[in-house]
Amino acid sequence: MTLTGTPTVAQLLCLGDDALVAAQRLGQWCSRAPEMEEDVALANIALDQLGAARLLLSYAGDLEGAGRDEDALAFLRDDRDFRSCLLVELPDPDFAHTIAKLLFLAAYQRLHYERLAAGADERLASIAAKAVKESAYHLDHATLWTLRLGDGTAGSHRRMQAAVDEVWPYPHELFEDDPDLRGAWLSIVEPVLAEATLERPADGWAPTGGRSGRHTEHLSYLLAEMQVLHRAHPGARW
Amino acid sequence: MVTAQLRRVAGSVVDPELRAVTIEELGILRDVGVDPDSGRVVVTITPTYAGCPAMDTIRADIRQALAVAGHPDAEVRTVLSPAWSTDRISEAGRAKLAAAGIAPPGPAGGGPGPGRGTAGPVALALSVRCPRCGSPQTEQLSRFGSTACKALWRCRACLEPFEHIKAL
Repeated sequence: MTLTGTPTVAQLLCLGDDALVAAQRLGQWCSRAPEMEEDVALANIALDQLGAARLLLSYAGDLEGAGRDEDALAFLRDDRDFRSCLLVELPDPDFAHTIAKLLFLAAYQRLHYERLAAGADERLASIAAKAVKESAYHLDHATLWTLRLGDGTAGSHRRMQAAVDEVWPYPHELFEDDPDLRGAWLSIVEPVLAEATLERPADGWAPTGGRSGRHTEHLSYLLAEMQVLHRAHPGARW
Repeated sequence: MVTAQLRRVAGSVVDPELRAVTIEELGILRDVGVDPDSGRVVVTITPTYAGCPAMDTIRADIRQALAVAGHPDAEVRTVLSPAWSTDRISEAGRAKLAAAGIAPPGPAGGGPGPGRGTAGPVALALSVRCPRCGSPQTEQLSRFGSTACKALWRCRACLEPFEHIKAL
């Protein structure tokens, strides 16, 4: 992403949709996390993501100039109009998958927001400066869990490794336009995996399409749940 | 001076989730002034966390406080930059938080800045004192708490759990 001028609507939608879909997916852990403290933690991280999403989508709407606000962009777009990466829409068959996805996403967001915070566009820089602090905390949280699960029992190790193996191909998409950033990302993620006694998977299959609206079916189900109330009862308040 | 009075009114609004302290003491209140063109009171605030759900209530409470003081058409603006830090919590605010059983934050320590390329842990204060008995023998139970800005701790001396505002 260019750091020199005003961002495009499409760039803001990529950032905002990543945060929005991640928030919705994390929120699905509410009342279901393995322990109460983790329930609170995942809900808090989801709330941080939602806060960033609101700011980014509001900016995208203002820039677009078509009268769409954050709610219109979040609730009235269809799946093919979302620009989120595939990583955030993946389901969570178990807690290890959530942690693997959060580790990969938070490492990316921290690096990306850090650069945007130093960018020339004042509004985006101020959003990124806020979000980068929160991303660092998310990354730390995911790191601690990766270590605990990877270097834990035989069972937790097996499941954490399986999650890392399964999720590993998806972040490739984040670096398609920005291969240099992947080096910095690897220098965060690889030491965590090593310390957690987890094997770093080989690079190979690199699924893509989220940035151009070609998603997995999982996004459609997620959006159906997220959007149904707003679409059934436009402007509902309580 | 009028602006100082307005600031006292707006600044006296209590944080809805940390009811021991005002938005002035928390450093959420940035500026209070009067728009020279419209004559409306303009209050500028900044969120603690981007997703802080208390912001709508804070905005409404500011408008209500100013309406009671004779300014029914006050405008509340939100700015993000410079980003809020726990370093903005005043000494009076810290004392009130501690008195309410919430351990105030240590220095924010700069946070992640450009050039920090590794996944080092977020810097934590060396010891968090128990707000009830003052013991430094405390431990973190959960890195997240009942609101975005707090973590859950426990005192090993008096065994009481307590909340701690995370340094940010």
